Amino acid sequence: MNILVVLIPVTLVLGAGGLWAFIWTVRNRHQYDDPKGHSMRILSNRYDDAPKQD
Amino acid sequence: MSGEAPSIAVCPACVAVPAHDPEVEKKEIDASDLRRIELSLPNVHCAACISNVERSLATLPEVYGARVNLTMKRVSATVLDRADVEDKVIAHLEQLGYPALPLDSASLEKTRNDAAGRDLLARMTVAGFAVMNVMMLSVAVWAGASDATRDLLHWVSALIALPTVVFSGMPFYKSAWGALKHRRLNMDVPISLALILASGVSLAETMEGGDHAYFDAALSLIFFLLLGRYLDYRTRAAARSAASELAALEVQKARRADGTVVPLDALREGDILLVAAGERVPADGVVTKGDSELDPSMLTGETLPQAVGVGTGVRAGMLNISGPIEIKAENLGEETLLKQITRLVETAETARNRYTSLAEKAAQIYAPVVHILSALTFFGWGMATGDWRLAVNIAAAVLIITCPCALGLAVPAVLAAASGRLFREGALLKDGVALERLAEIDTVVFDKTGTLTLGRPSVTNLGDISVTAQAVAAALARNSSHPLAQALGRAIDTPVANLSDITEHPGFGTQADFNGKRVRLGRAEWCGFSGALPEQTATWLQIGDAAPVVFLFQDQLRPEALETILALQDVGLGVQLLSGDVPQQVDAIADELGIKTRVARATPAEKVDHLNALADQGHKVLMVGDGLNDAAALAAAHVSISPASAVDASRTSADIIIIGNDLRQIPQSHRIAVAARRRILENFSIAAIYNMISIPIAVSGFATPLMAALAMSTSSIIVSLNAMRIGRMK
Repeated sequence: MNILVVLIPVTLVLGAGGLWAFIWTVRNRHQYDDPKGHSMRILSNRYDDAPKQD
Repeated sequence: MSGEAPSIAVCPACVAVPAHDPEVEKKEIDASDLRRIELSLPNVHCAACISNVERSLATLPEVYGARVNLTMKRVSATVLDRADVEDKVIAHLEQLGYPALPLDSASLEKTRNDAAGRDLLARMTVAGFAVMNVMMLSVAVWAGASDATRDLLHWVSALIALPTVVFSGMPFYKSAWGALKHRRLNMDVPISLALILASGVSLAETMEGGDHAYFDAALSLIFFLLLGRYLDYRTRAAARSAASELAALEVQKARRADGTVVPLDALREGDILLVAAGERVPADGVVTKGDSELDPSMLTGETLPQAVGVGTGVRAGMLNISGPIEIKAENLGEETLLKQITRLVETAETARNRYTSLAEKAAQIYAPVVHILSALTFFGWGMATGDWRLAVNIAAAVLIITCPCALGLAVPAVLAAASGRLFREGALLKDGVALERLAEIDTVVFDKTGTLTLGRPSVTNLGDISVTAQAVAAALARNSSHPLAQALGRAIDTPVANLSDITEHPGFGTQADFNGKRVRLGRAEWCGFSGALPEQTATWLQIGDAAPVVFLFQDQLRPEALETILALQDVGLGVQLLSGDVPQQVDAIADELGIKTRVARATPAEKVDHLNALADQGHKVLMVGDGLNDAAALAAAHVSISPASAVDASRTSADIIIIGNDLRQIPQSHRIAVAARRRILENFSIAAIYNMISIPIAVSGFATPLMAALAMSTSSIIVSLNAMRIGRMK
C-alpha cells in the first residue's frame, strides 16, 4: 500500500488541474454562449466550397 | 497574403470556383461608425435558418456582419449607425419569413455580467470536483481498506472535504443565519446543521481512527442542493431577462416643436410636441395644429379610430394614424390614465405575492420534522446506551440522510425542464411558480383587441361595392400609407383604375383625377358624407359628385383563435371575454368564438373588479391581454399571459409571454403546467419514499456512509430523470 503515497498526491494534483480547466473554460464566456447554434452550424453546407473569407 | 485571389482547390480533382460572397464587397469602414443591434427571432430552429439569416443579412449594404444565436433565438448584427437601419433589417427579415422583434441593448448588457450566477456556479463546481474525488477515496474504504490505510484515506478526504464544506456551503450558512436572526426556520437551517455536524463528527472520528466518516455524504448533499439552486437561478434569470429585453413599445422620448428630442421626464407643462404619422402620442394634451385620426386600441381596447383636430384632447399611448399633428402637453401631474393604471398595477401586485409555492409548503413541513427526529435520536441513543460518542454519530447520520437533496432538486429540475420546453415552443416563463399557478386555473379571461384579434382592420363589405368603385378605390389606396388604405389595397384584387394627379392630404385622405372626375378616398365629411357615422371603422370613396360609397372594416380575428378557445373549453376551462371596446364589436367576436360570458366598455379598473369578483367566487383565473388597459388586470389575475406584441407594461405584469404570437401556445402551456405539477408531486413522493426507507435505518444505527451516499445519489438521479419526462411528453 506504499504506492498510495505517490498515487494520492497525483490524484489531488490532477483533480485540481481539472477543476482549474473547468473554471477557465466557463470564464471564457464565448464558448458556452450558443451550444445549440454551434452544434447546428456543422450541418450547414455554406462553406463547403470555400472557407469563410476574412 | 497580397492581393492575389486564393486558390481554393483542395485537391487537383476538385477545382471549385469560390461562390461569389457578397459580404466581401463592403468598403472599409471606421469602427466608430458601426453599432451592434440585437433582434429576437422566435422562428429560427435549424442550421438552414442560421445560414439563411446570416447570408441574407450580409447582402444588405448597411450590415457589416451578422451572427445568429440559436440557443437564445436571436441575431446580433453589426450595422452602420443610421437612424432607420433597425427597421430596415426587421422588414428584410420579415420578408425572409423570420418575424423579428427589437431587443433593448441596455438590459442585454446587464444580463451579460451575471455575477450571482457565476458565484453559484463556482461553488457548485468546487463541490462537484470535491465529491467526486472524495467518493473515489471512499470507495477504497468501502471496499475493505482498514487500519492505517483507511485512516490515511480519511485524512485525505478530510483535507479535500473541509475547505469545500466551508466554501461551497456558504450560501446555506448565510441563508440559515438570516432566518435564525429573525427567529424563523427555513430549509437551510437543518441543512447547515447537518453539514456542520457531519463534518465535525467525521473529523473527530478520523482523529480517533474510527470506522465511519461522512465526508462524501456531506459533500454530495452540498453538490445536489447547489445543483438545484443553480438550475433554479438560471431558469429564472434567463426568462426574466429575456422578457425585459424586448424593447419597450411605449414612447420614452418626445420631440419638441423646435426639433429637440427629450426624454419624457424632462417635459414641462405647455410644451409643444410633434407627433408624426405612425408614432405614438408621448403625453396627455390638446391638439394645437393639424388634423388626423388616432387609434386608441392599445390604451382602451376600442377599435374605432378617433378623429382629432385643433382643440381635441389626446392621451398618451394613442397611435397617430393619418397625418402629423402638434400637441400641447398638459396634465403632466398625477391623474393621467397612465398613472392611474400604474397605481392599479401596484395594488394588484402586492395582493399577488401572498401565494406559497409547493416548494415552500414542503419546506414548512420538513424543517421541523428533521430537527425533531435527529434530536430524539441523539437523546434516545445517548440515554439508552450511555455512549454519547455513538449517539452523536448516529444523530449526525440521521441528519445527513434525512436532509433532502432529492427535495432540493425536485422542483428546480422540473421547472428547468418545463421552462426549456416552453421556450422551444415559443413561450417565455418568467417565474417557475407561475407554472404551478397555471396548473390550478379553471377560467380563462381574454381581452379582445390585439389579443384575440390581430389589431389590424380588414374590409368586410366588398361584395356590395361596384367593380368600378373598387378599381378606383384600389388605385387611390395604393398611394396612401394610412392603415385602412393599406388594408383596402390588400383586399381588392380587381385591376386598378388609371388615375392621374394623385395627391395625399394628410389627415383627410387621398385625391386624384379619374377620367376628368375628381375622386377622393378618406374621411366621411371630406368625401361628402354628412349622415350619422356607422359604429364601425369605415372609409369613404366619392367619385365625382355621386353619393359617397362606404367601405366597412372590422378587426380580424387571429386565425388560430377559434381553435384555441375550443381547446381550452375541451379541457373543461370556462372562457370569458373582457374588453374595452363597444358592445357591437364585442358581441360579434364573442358570438363567432362561442364565448357566452362577455363584458364590453370595461375600463382598466372595471377589468380588475371583474377579476376580483371571480376570485371571490373561488375561481382561479388566467388573464390574457396585451393593451395598457389590461396591465392591471394581468397583475390582478391568478396567473397571466401576454403576447410579445403587447405594450411594455403588460409584458412586465404578465407571467408568461408568447413570443410567436400564436394563441395555441395558451392551451399548450396549460398542458405543460399540469404535467409539471404532476411531476413535482411525483418527485415529492420519491423524496418521501427515500426518507421513509432511510430514516428507520438511520435511527436504528445501521446506516453507514456507503448507504448514505448510495441513497442520496440514487434519489437525486431518479428525481432528475423524472423531471426530464416533461421534455419528451407528447
